[in-house]
Amino acid sequence: MTLANLPSFRHLVPENILVLGILALVGLSLARRPASRRLAGAIAFLACLAALAATALTAESQPRVLFHGLLARDLFGDFFKYLGLVTTAFVILVAQRSRDAIDYRNEDREAPEFYALLLSAALAVNLMAAASDLLTAYVGLELVSVMSYILAGFTPGSRRSAEAALKYVVYGGVASGAMLYGMSLLYGLAASTDLATIGRAAATAPALPVLFAAVLCLAGFGFKIAVVPFHMWCPDVYEGAPTPVTAFLSVAPKAGGFALLLRVFGQISGHAQGLADRSPWLLVLLVVAATTMTWGNLAALGQQNLKRLLAYSSIAQAGYVLLGVAAGGVAGQEAVLFYLAVYLFISLAAFTAVAAVADSGGGESVAEYAGLGYRMPLVAFVLSVALFALTGLPPTAGFIGKYYLFAALIERGHNGGGAAFYIVAVAAVLNSVVSLYYYARVLRAMYIDSASATHQTVAVAAVHRVVLVALTVPTILLGVYWSPLRDLVHAAVGTW
Amino acid sequence: MPTLYYLYLSFALFFIGTAGVLLRRNALIVLMAIELQLNAGNLALLAFSRSLGDLKGHVFAFFVIALAAAEAAVGLAILVGMYRTRQTINLDEVATMKR
Repeated sequence: MTLANLPSFRHLVPENILVLGILALVGLSLARRPASRRLAGAIAFLACLAALAATALTAESQPRVLFHGLLARDLFGDFFKYLGLVTTAFVILVAQRSRDAIDYRNEDREAPEFYALLLSAALAVNLMAAASDLLTAYVGLELVSVMSYILAGFTPGSRRSAEAALKYVVYGGVASGAMLYGMSLLYGLAASTDLATIGRAAATAPALPVLFAAVLCLAGFGFKIAVVPFHMWCPDVYEGAPTPVTAFLSVAPKAGGFALLLRVFGQISGHAQGLADRSPWLLVLLVVAATTMTWGNLAALGQQNLKRLLAYSSIAQAGYVLLGVAAGGVAGQEAVLFYLAVYLFISLAAFTAVAAVADSGGGESVAEYAGLGYRMPLVAFVLSVALFALTGLPPTAGFIGKYYLFAALIERGHNGGGAAFYIVAVAAVLNSVVSLYYYARVLRAMYIDSASATHQTVAVAAVHRVVLVALTVPTILLGVYWSPLRDLVHAAVGTW
Repeated sequence: MPTLYYLYLSFALFFIGTAGVLLRRNALIVLMAIELQLNAGNLALLAFSRSLGDLKGHVFAFFVIALAAAEAAVGLAILVGMYRTRQTINLDEVATMKR
């Protein structure tokens, strides 16, 4: 059902709440007295929760098309909005006690700006999740990029942060330039900017121009989800950006990128003969996914900085998820959504642990984590669970997520996909084994290599303790009882 | 003029922009090369829009111009911040983080 402009606003309540929150924060930063980080954080957190509640309350199983076809309101988009908003809510809390984001020990004058930018990025992720037109897809992607550039360089006077922002803006600009060119070619080929129409036209148009345009578009989406060869920015930005921002970047823009990837390239518009079924394109996706996970895991082996190690690990994780996109079909899409939801808790937990250690004066290198299991037992435990879950070991949720991904691959290989699917499935399992090696290095540092380190307990900020527990409970719980998430994912994919 | 001529020109612009990004090390020039890439996309959008008799391409180009301006503003601000801490905007010289 296509709605005109005014009736569409009724289905845009979550986004309107976010905009109100952003305006309130901008007003706060303009007020003469420096605003406290607690007030700014409370406004941002409440706006985030209200938007989350509004999304859940106004969700309808009947898909609607808003603004004459620019945005879609369906359970599929809503699922990605949940991911973006939950991530933002956690990041708001973590940032309260992160000196690289808000310098709370000197003065927190910049807190309203930080939170306004963070909420704008969340709004842009919502836009990406709901885009059903090339125009909204481009605007959403660019908006989240521009906000991320500023957030990455937010630490005042930090060389690393400035360098991260500069690299991010250069690589991001190139990726969006290439994507825009690909989009303009898609527009010319399909004579429309509507994603569903483009999907249908791509099935009949000559293969080579479609592939060229699709690969150019993949540069833009691939940049957001950090797949090889569009990953070069990722380690530097993850290392240099403030840790809460890194946590945000590792989940929310990736979720938005995958939402776009599924919408543009998947057969999700109800027609079976989409771009995803055409063999050269499928091969491109499989090769990119396999290269991404292998590259990410191999490069992570030698890393000494934990943030950088987690950056390479997140590249590898994006490769696994891309396998689900390549597998396609209902099983593949469900596996992608399921894994992204699980990955949200795991990745945020890992980066929150890094932020908690940094807040208590600890360094970021793996060597400096020696003896952490005795100094900060909770943080070390949460980090261990997160690392086990990233490897995909039971009984964590990471195991279930990986199981669905690999099962979707095998199923696709069985149903006429060919040997290539079996090969990448085996490669993915081998990759998980490789990843265990460098995760275990961190575990060894925390619990075994602690002879030289002090064993005196270090206090962790209350807000970090709350966030760490709140993230670890679902990581373990979803590993033993995952049917609610499974039903949610099933409903989201089933709207097509 | 046939649409194809405009497409050739847009492709040439895109190629020059990409080459500029890959070959030049001055961050300012790289930002200019990115603008060339975006304008190549704009030109292709407008050419297709004209030949299809569809206004959506024109509208798209306006959005691209606005967003490119936002991106350039942020990019230049980051560049200024970089120059203040390092006194250089050469992309090879600013790299300190271990590869």
